Amino acid sequence: MINLSRRKLIVSGLAATAGASGLVVGARLAQKYGLIPPDHGGLYGLGETLTYASQRLLTRHSMAREFSRSQISPRPFPNELGPLTDDFKRLQVGGFADWRLSIDGMVHQPASFSIADFKSYPSRSHITELTCEEGWSYIAEWIGVPLSHVLNLVGILPQARYIVYVSMEPGTWDSIDMADALHPQTFLCYGMNGGDLPVPHGGPLRMRLPRQIGYKNLKFITRLTVTDSLKGFGKGLGSAAAEAGYAWYTGI
Amino acid sequence: MATLGSSPLPAETSVLSRVSPASIPQPAPRHSAFVRFTHWITTLCFFALLVTGIEIVISHPRFYWGETGNVLTKPLFQLPIPSSRKMVPTGYGYVLPDQNGWSRALHFEAAWIAVLTGLLYVIFGMLTRHFRKDLVPSKSDLSWRALLTSFGKPLRLQPPRAAEAFTYNGLQRLTYLFVIFVLFPLAIWSGLAMSLGFVSAFPWSVTLLGGRQSARTIHFFVSLALVLFLLVHVGMVCLAGFWSRTGAMITGRTTAPKEHV
Repeated sequence: MINLSRRKLIVSGLAATAGASGLVVGARLAQKYGLIPPDHGGLYGLGETLTYASQRLLTRHSMAREFSRSQISPRPFPNELGPLTDDFKRLQVGGFADWRLSIDGMVHQPASFSIADFKSYPSRSHITELTCEEGWSYIAEWIGVPLSHVLNLVGILPQARYIVYVSMEPGTWDSIDMADALHPQTFLCYGMNGGDLPVPHGGPLRMRLPRQIGYKNLKFITRLTVTDSLKGFGKGLGSAAAEAGYAWYTGI
Repeated sequence: MATLGSSPLPAETSVLSRVSPASIPQPAPRHSAFVRFTHWITTLCFFALLVTGIEIVISHPRFYWGETGNVLTKPLFQLPIPSSRKMVPTGYGYVLPDQNGWSRALHFEAAWIAVLTGLLYVIFGMLTRHFRKDLVPSKSDLSWRALLTSFGKPLRLQPPRAAEAFTYNGLQRLTYLFVIFVLFPLAIWSGLAMSLGFVSAFPWSVTLLGGRQSARTIHFFVSLALVLFLLVHVGMVCLAGFWSRTGAMITGRTTAPKEHV
């Protein structure tokens, strides 16, 4: 049954070599075009990479579905919150007037913004669904300033590849690539359904990424760092969630 | 099929034929190498998807219809199981440990491998005429009498005739075609319809299913249907002779079950 001729041997040898070098070239190209997620290692790295790469090729500019005002959920469910820190409570007592979001890293002009600063910029809103990895969801109107607007104000350097964002919740941070950072629906979100963003939903300021799962939409953000590499942040996996075993990219 | 007309070889002869010179014609394998390979890869993926799917459902064992749904909305139905999230009202006094991180990762990785394997299977299946030869039923297969006989015999726990080790009856053909071309595509579609990135590029994929929560509910029922298929499938394999049928799917060689020799 196994009857390998010399020709067969040569052909399969050539095919194997071509396949292996194709893989190496593919990996190089994928790296160059930003198709490899920071959590690409380990047992599930193959799946994470296939998902991230294919969605980046497919969805770089696609828009999250938007809904009509009548579809807004009457009772949006804010997920459970950890205990609020004393620092947070102090700011809350002052009506968040002293809340600051600082931006540093690969920018021309590091800066710090108050909620009032953000509200003075042209406001944008979209009615989109917030979806939890557990399966539940609700629709709300989200109001804020596009992240791209603020990034333009501070001027990001051309080598920038990721935005790291940090929450006031202890140990909570995440990051997105530039495709998401510059996407028109990515907001620094300070309002919801016509009012201020309620604290249970992440007020006064939350990252809102309607093309990614809820846990990527960090609440209470206070700091952005623009960077060309995620290696220096935590374990280099791109987020606290990834270090806890949850995917960095959550378009799925 | 070539083997259909020839009388099934007893086990001893087929072992001999393996070491015999190439001039003696080999019987065609019961299942071709690509069918065997894709069958077992799919089996592995299916179990990974099933276990991780159950883990993910445990974090929110409520199902809804339409676009949205959460613990503040009325569910279509709720599974009577405990949950791994304490905000879900289950009636159980305890909360299961959270397994969603690795479950989601493995679920999507297994889905990728299953979909790529399925693509390979469909391409090879068309090139080798596998679907037409082995799965598309003939007119006579589809008579009510033939279908009812195929349905009734296993219900009375009657094992198939020896000749049936080399081909499928009409009911089997219809079932395999339904699983391959209806249930698997529906599972993939309803799964993709829950991906925020995918639906941003192809919004019709979720609106056609009636919304995000409808897609999730459909995904659940399609998975149930696949589990039902698996149980019947394994049950029938056992009835027909577990080792002979499973051996045929591993080595490609089939022997008529001993009791019929």
